[in-house]
Amino acid sequence: MKFIKFLLVGIFFGIVLTKSEAVSWYRIYEMFRFQSFHMYGIIGTAIASGVLFLQLAKRGTIKSIKGADIFVPKKDKSIARYIIGGTIFGLGWALVGACPGPMYILLGAGYYTIAIVIIAAIIGTFIYGVVKNKLPH
Amino acid sequence: MDYILSPWPWYVSGPLIALVMALLLYFGKTFGMSSNLRTMCSIMGADKFSDFFKFDWKSQMWNLTVVLGAIIGGFIATHYLSDNSVIDLNPQTVAELQQMGFENAGATLVPNEMFSLEAVSSVKGLLLLIIGGLLVGFGTRYAGGCTSGHAITGLSSLQLPSLIAVIGFFVGGLIMANLILPLIF
Repeated sequence: MKFIKFLLVGIFFGIVLTKSEAVSWYRIYEMFRFQSFHMYGIIGTAIASGVLFLQLAKRGTIKSIKGADIFVPKKDKSIARYIIGGTIFGLGWALVGACPGPMYILLGAGYYTIAIVIIAAIIGTFIYGVVKNKLPH
Repeated sequence: MDYILSPWPWYVSGPLIALVMALLLYFGKTFGMSSNLRTMCSIMGADKFSDFFKFDWKSQMWNLTVVLGAIIGGFIATHYLSDNSVIDLNPQTVAELQQMGFENAGATLVPNEMFSLEAVSSVKGLLLLIIGGLLVGFGTRYAGGCTSGHAITGLSSLQLPSLIAVIGFFVGGLIMANLILPLIF
């Protein structure tokens, strides 16, 4: 039963991303063509709210459920992996119009062929794991 | 009820996505959806091929539960919380897509021209989804995160690596939408 809260968060996440249309291929296309403010508004207000939350957490105003400090783990320092990996992801994101959250949400929304994208994404992650040590990081 | 059933504006949606991140941090976890792809590789035995997949995947069960919830959430939102309104796209986008062969842009969440059974039954249609998926799976893991981990969580915690990653997301996305998609369609 300790997983029920994560199930609920997931359901909420799925509903929000569907109702905001962020799971729509069209919205992603429109964003990358700079033809709408919608997605920029979503991402912008999400980050602004996130910054506010994490600043409150940093000051200790908000603690975790166990009373511990809330913090985000620091990402490794690098430029190559972020710019190259990020660009590769961006190419795929704009092609299939879905990132790794929306893929699952679209499956639930009844667009079953997205399963092809999910399986390919799992294989893509597998390929990364195998060739990882040969790539610049 | 109309407010729930009609599409939610960006200024409501954005803070609610931040709330998802906040809740996961409150529960002692982090917001990162692409990590699940790695977990699924490990579950299916990828640890035999690379040490990258050697980790205690059971510790990630909570995140797979979020995935399960997201699937259910997508179902609930489309079946019970939707008025089936057409996505209010920029008319210019709709016209542009029509010229590329996309009919009724915005009537569904994803274009039939790419995701219908008919579309994926063609070699080209199938390849597009496979290539797109491979790029997403490979790229997110190489970059160490996706939209949730870098764009939302990473930028909210003011981390430079995430800013670099998000710039990468946009470089790739802009190239695909502006230069490659017009060649494909």
